[in-house]
Amino acid sequence: MDLKEKLISSFMAFENNVDVEHPVHDLRMEAIKNFEVKGFPSKKEEAWKYTSLKSLQKVDFSIFPKQENALEYKDVKRYFLHEIDSYKIVFIDGIYSSFLSETTHDGVDICLMSSALTKPMYKPIIDVYFNKVASKDESLTTLNTAFSKEGAYIYIPKNKMPKKPVEIVHFATGNEASLMLQPRNLVIVEENAEVQIIERHQSLTPNAVLTNAVTEIFAAQNAIVDYYKIQNDNSSASLIDNTYIDQKSKSNVNVHTFSFGGKLTRNNLNFYQDGEHMDSTMKGVTILGEKQHVDHHTLVHHQQPNCESHQDYKGIYGENATGVFNGKIIVDKIAQKTNAFQQNNNILISDKATINTKPQLEIFADDVKCSHGCTIGQLDEEALFYLQSRGIPKKEATALLMYAFSNNVLDSVRIPELKVRVNKIIAQKLGVNLGFDL
Amino acid sequence: MAYTEEELKKELETKEYEYGFYTDIESDTFPKGLSADIVRAISKKKNEPEWMTEWRLDAFRIWEDMKEPEWANVNYEKPDFQAISYYSAPKKADPNKSLDDVDPELLEMYKKLGISVDEQKRLQNVAVDIVVDSVSVATTFKKTLAEKGIIFMPISEAIQEHPELVKKYMGTVVPKTDNFYAALNSAVFTDGSFCYIPKGVKCPMELSTYFRINEGGTGQFERTLVIADESSYVSYLEGCTAPSRDENQLHAAVVELIALDDAEIKYSTVQNWFPGDKEGKGGVYNFVTKRGLCEKNSKISWTQVETGSAVTWKYPSCILKGDNAVGEFYSIAVTNNFQQADTGTKMVHLGKNTKSTIISKGISAGKSQNSYRGLVQVSSRAENARNFSQCDSLLMGNECGAHTFPYIEAKNKSAQIEHEATTSKIGEDQIFYCNQRGIDTEKAIALIVNGFSKEVLNKLPMEFAVEAQKLLEISLEGSVG
Repeated sequence: MDLKEKLISSFMAFENNVDVEHPVHDLRMEAIKNFEVKGFPSKKEEAWKYTSLKSLQKVDFSIFPKQENALEYKDVKRYFLHEIDSYKIVFIDGIYSSFLSETTHDGVDICLMSSALTKPMYKPIIDVYFNKVASKDESLTTLNTAFSKEGAYIYIPKNKMPKKPVEIVHFATGNEASLMLQPRNLVIVEENAEVQIIERHQSLTPNAVLTNAVTEIFAAQNAIVDYYKIQNDNSSASLIDNTYIDQKSKSNVNVHTFSFGGKLTRNNLNFYQDGEHMDSTMKGVTILGEKQHVDHHTLVHHQQPNCESHQDYKGIYGENATGVFNGKIIVDKIAQKTNAFQQNNNILISDKATINTKPQLEIFADDVKCSHGCTIGQLDEEALFYLQSRGIPKKEATALLMYAFSNNVLDSVRIPELKVRVNKIIAQKLGVNLGFDL
Repeated sequence: MAYTEEELKKELETKEYEYGFYTDIESDTFPKGLSADIVRAISKKKNEPEWMTEWRLDAFRIWEDMKEPEWANVNYEKPDFQAISYYSAPKKADPNKSLDDVDPELLEMYKKLGISVDEQKRLQNVAVDIVVDSVSVATTFKKTLAEKGIIFMPISEAIQEHPELVKKYMGTVVPKTDNFYAALNSAVFTDGSFCYIPKGVKCPMELSTYFRINEGGTGQFERTLVIADESSYVSYLEGCTAPSRDENQLHAAVVELIALDDAEIKYSTVQNWFPGDKEGKGGVYNFVTKRGLCEKNSKISWTQVETGSAVTWKYPSCILKGDNAVGEFYSIAVTNNFQQADTGTKMVHLGKNTKSTIISKGISAGKSQNSYRGLVQVSSRAENARNFSQCDSLLMGNECGAHTFPYIEAKNKSAQIEHEATTSKIGEDQIFYCNQRGIDTEKAIALIVNGFSKEVLNKLPMEFAVEAQKLLEISLEGSVG
């Protein structure tokens, strides 16, 4: 039985565990129908031209974990940003771990999707926001919608800001031979509110994991959202991460994606600008080796005038790694005075590494400034020579240059401890001790 | 005098296609529709050898199993391939006669287009192989070229006279199976040009062909094959204008260029087919497959100015097979009213130290859609491949669209690829500056557009550059408010 059939037949079993009377269940039923028709995307589809999900579909993933698993904090401490205090929403094999988590209802709601979906007090909010910006058409998103039950629920009311950042961490323990997870997150940031979120998926054993995540973010007027995605999983874990962002006037949403590992990572990052004078920023650093594959798909849909968007993705690909970047900017007819920038720079350091990039512009308004730049190249030989001539060994010099190459992206990280952490991962990835923390 | 915005707009909208006249020449036309019998009949009409007939039939069978491509960013009513007549030839034409015997009506037509054959022959030192509705009617300068050993003739003649060359090269760059329209062309092509430059010969003049679509309801399927043998050089020009017809006309040409070691081919196109009227009615469908193959140290340079056609689907490409090969693509695509263009190039780097340059300028006005679609591919063996791409779009008015779809695929670490794209409009301050100095708005726009396209215009041969500049002006008159 292939994965699609298995998922469809599991849906009935899934229905036994959720409230089928809740209006959300109608959305699930609709979604599973869509998935049944569409199935997994194939390479024939333009959006999946460079990424094949074929090998994943052959794996016999468990859809529901059989048992609850516990982890000791000391064993997984290093996967948290433990230098600072944070709210934590932690899942182990898709099941909420209250032991490792720290949620709150003090002025803001940082809690679980499962309670938001079941408790009547959240119903008005769920009615307004749930599945409103996520695609009802894209097959993997609808697959997630069909099985949506658990995940993070973050609600920041007007004029509030949580005291500390929020960490959402998904652990896979490997107790199942192969596990499929489908977390569903909902982030609502009301007027003048602000939130910082760090998200991480971590598999602890070499057993296969496939995560198909959907995150919906709603940023109301003047809201500020910083979302950091750390993707440094081991080489048996695959991640399909779908993020949908709805932005209102004068809001500011920044998404940073750090891709340093995983077998196959696909990021679908979609911004819908529904208002004026707002800024959307998406930045990413990708450093890959082995046979890793990362596919960044971004979409910025400028639907209203006077908005900006900034994209900056840097990639360094070694060994047999494959990198894909597909950035799409759509500027509607009425979205005059749009400023949209897109930049994608890549370095190939191995003969067997591949990069496929497609920066795409679709522009229907005339009074706009839109540009994209894209490069593929090597490190500057002269710069390397300069550093070496000053006594810096080649390996360190190479690392320094690569570090400098990706530094633009790190600049805009607003949690200093996170910046340090990412720096360390980069140094570790490049196999050197840079000897400085920024 | 200075126009007001309204007047400009009005004039532009009502401006009929300048070259939209229809010459009444008796035509020898096949019944509509396409079948193996029609393919055989075309082949027979052309008096082709057996292998050619088989080649066509094979292509036809391939075509039958193919589907029309849908991926391009264009919307149009699909042509009914059974409602097209696949062969028409002006009856009075006879390629063997001298220029004086050419149908005076035809000559009149060329005069209207400003390309009087005799004038060109005398003054411009350009050999012209004029194609009217599928059959060459006048070939000039053949003799001069023959002295150098250069073969320049209609492809149907080449099939008769130089079968070994045609057999060896035709379909090698654009195979029959390449795409829907290439397969269709391979089955039914009726004429086109064939050019062979022998080893070490620099072609002394610009070779040029003017394609015309004349007979209403007939499609034109040209096939051009240019072979530049080792260390040779040729500059080939192609220009098109078509009469105004309400029915959509289909044009599916195939152009194959082969540059052997150290050879250089420069291929320039000015395309100004009927773009349809201001309601988007009529106009030519231009589905062209153009591709060049570069062997060692060779160079192929494509230059195109696209102002016409209702729908354009065209990607002149270079396969940089040999080491040190160079591919270039310079393009200006102008769309106005309801025109749609999806054009660009493919640069496939296979050899070492291969270089490619892409400069694409898109100008959209009215309600048109203009897309750049390009592919830069560096294979794992292509050491030190270098590419520079630049795609700039200029938008005029808020009802048009400009799109860029650049695909970049690199599999070699020594590859250096740069891609840049910008989209903007003509600045009000620029126009104001010109106005201030007594240049009216229309002239100012022409000036700015000219500057915007300069990089590409510069690449055109002299006599084309002037014509192209004029075309740009005509196509865009008053499109900015």
